[in-house]
Amino acid sequence: MFEILFISTINGVLYGMLLFLMASGLTVIFSMMGVLNLAHASFYMLGAFFGFEITLHMGFWAGLVFAPLIVAGIGMVVERYGLRHVHRHGHVAELLFTFGLTFVIQEVVEMVWGKLPVDYRVPASLDFSAFTVFATTYPAFKIFALLVSVVIFLALLMVIRRTRIGLIVQAALSHPDMVGMLGHNVDRVFMLVFGVGVALAAVAGVIAGPVLVTQSNMAGLLGPILFVVVVVGGLGSLGGAFVASLLIGLVQTYAVAFNISLADVFGSSPLSGDVAFYLDDLWNVTVAQVAPILPYLLLVLILIFRPRGLMGTNNR
Amino acid sequence: MKKLVASTVLALSVIGASVVPAAADNIKIGYVDPLSGGAASIGQIGLNQLNFIADTANKNGGINGEQVEVIGYDNQINPQTSLVQVQKAIDEGVRIIIQGNGSSVGSAIEGFVAKYNRRNPDAHIVYLNYGAIDPVMTNDNCSYWHFGFDANTNVKMAALTNFIKQRAEIKKVYLINQDYSFGHAVADTAVSMLKEKRPDIEIVGNEFHPLVKITDFSPYIAKIKASGADTVITSNWGQDFSLLIKAAGQSGLDVNWYTYYAGAAGGPTAIKQADMAGRVFQINEGISNLGYEPAENTAREYGARYKDAPVLFPRIFNTTAMLFKAIEAAGSQDPADFIPKLEGMKYASFSAGGDSFMRKDDHQLFQPLYISSFGPLASDKAFDEEHTGWGWNKVGEIAAKDTVVPTTCKMKRPG
Repeated sequence: MFEILFISTINGVLYGMLLFLMASGLTVIFSMMGVLNLAHASFYMLGAFFGFEITLHMGFWAGLVFAPLIVAGIGMVVERYGLRHVHRHGHVAELLFTFGLTFVIQEVVEMVWGKLPVDYRVPASLDFSAFTVFATTYPAFKIFALLVSVVIFLALLMVIRRTRIGLIVQAALSHPDMVGMLGHNVDRVFMLVFGVGVALAAVAGVIAGPVLVTQSNMAGLLGPILFVVVVVGGLGSLGGAFVASLLIGLVQTYAVAFNISLADVFGSSPLSGDVAFYLDDLWNVTVAQVAPILPYLLLVLILIFRPRGLMGTNNR
Repeated sequence: MKKLVASTVLALSVIGASVVPAAADNIKIGYVDPLSGGAASIGQIGLNQLNFIADTANKNGGINGEQVEVIGYDNQINPQTSLVQVQKAIDEGVRIIIQGNGSSVGSAIEGFVAKYNRRNPDAHIVYLNYGAIDPVMTNDNCSYWHFGFDANTNVKMAALTNFIKQRAEIKKVYLINQDYSFGHAVADTAVSMLKEKRPDIEIVGNEFHPLVKITDFSPYIAKIKASGADTVITSNWGQDFSLLIKAAGQSGLDVNWYTYYAGAAGGPTAIKQADMAGRVFQINEGISNLGYEPAENTAREYGARYKDAPVLFPRIFNTTAMLFKAIEAAGSQDPADFIPKLEGMKYASFSAGGDSFMRKDDHQLFQPLYISSFGPLASDKAFDEEHTGWGWNKVGEIAAKDTVVPTTCKMKRPG
């Protein structure tokens, strides 16, 4: 029992940190620009594919540096020539724009790399097991991913809370005209923020690509869970996203570990007749079977009882 | 106005271009499978293969002198969309429907085609199923207008458990499958057949996880490890297989894997990445490297044409070869004429020329099945999978006659 608890905790933390890595950029863009970027997972996918392509020619570390830079460039172009114009027409237009963007990016990726998964490998320098607990090995690469996401969390927190840049960016959101009067180029600030945000998604892609499957539908698989992280944590709260990622990682992992159903707790179903015919399935379903749905259940509960999220500051 | 004229001319020329080759007596095959979305990678490979087969047939003068034409219909692996697409295909003059991904889709098409033929006695649509293997399709819900070319779940599990029976080192088996009809069918048959053939084997887990929703399989791997299993049986396909096997590789889980679909698109890449040489087995209707000249020639030609995805599904080649044989024998491309030729047809299967036959009672094809393991290839074997340098090595072969299982089908024949 202790063994599975312990291993589940490690697995949950590792998965949670991977989630945070992916969600951090989304939170940054939302908290600083007020834009909910539905195409975030697509930029994450672009990062994975650029990472794969650069790794083939120049090695993994070059990919980790250049792929996010390229994606940041694409992101800034999208902001400058697309999002900025749409922004004037309000949030719905923004949402529709980024929603459309997901399809464009997916089609482009399919045209370039095809629909089959590509063979994106963990770099040789990190391809060993970091430690072994209860005969379960933990690859160094996953520990590396964990470190990267902690570093990104701390760095972002520092930049937003403690530097002039962070100050200007936050001010630009609430009082764009005033910041403009003071001589700052508000448009450029937003463009840079969007670039940094999608670059973070690309970092996540470069790192998650080898662990998961690098394929043209990977964005669709991760998109929904990222929004759960951001909403549960509190829209625009970096600390909230961090806590929510860990929470979701742990909840999901623990749930899978236990085969407990209502029937185990309360004995066999008290129902009979037609009602039992329909509800017995529900009664006998195990926690493990519903584990992947739990984050979405959490999302619904949070929206009902605490709409601003765990650590959100307002109900925007 | 000028613009309108220009676009009208363009539209007319496009229509003209597509009308000319589609002569009335072409043999039209409607391929209804996912061509967009998550499963598109697999669906596209099937379409590539059908195009390749049609082109080869046409180069050799067609079938009965008639050209074969393949038309793709995207069903997004959704039963409802599939029916719309089948109807569209019928409206466009297609009378041969081919589909293979997803038993829920297959069952819907089987029912639709049967109903359509009943309501339109002169129509005669046939549904050739190369991969939907829910046993119900050739048992309780069997139809005269449906043919199953892949071994169904029961047939495959019977063969697999016969193989497991001889391996005394297997003592604890863990089942992990996707939570839908197909996954449950596999798990249920595995439990009952193992109990019957190897009562000493302990089933230490029977897990179902949601279909194509999991990104992190490590909790499941931790559970398999905690159960003490030495063998895992899974019918997972696509990313559910890839992610599962990669998670197992990362945590160093030391078990053997018996699978239905390890060879499907993306599977071989994942096994190579997980570095599990010789640990992953699959049961299917054929692999490359069986030393059978006709199959190897086809594989070489196909690989040269589709360099990006040189994946062969022998079941598609079996389906079309038997279809063409039936059309030639009947001298007609009307399903009502060639179905009697398909029933009971004897056929040398694509991968190694083994004896196969289409059982008349339920329209289920019985064919040699192969159990193979994935790993480095001997130097005389030419075909690797997905450019990994590894390939499938045969470890067992079950003749068609040893795979026969009973059926509950009571077929209603027209007339």
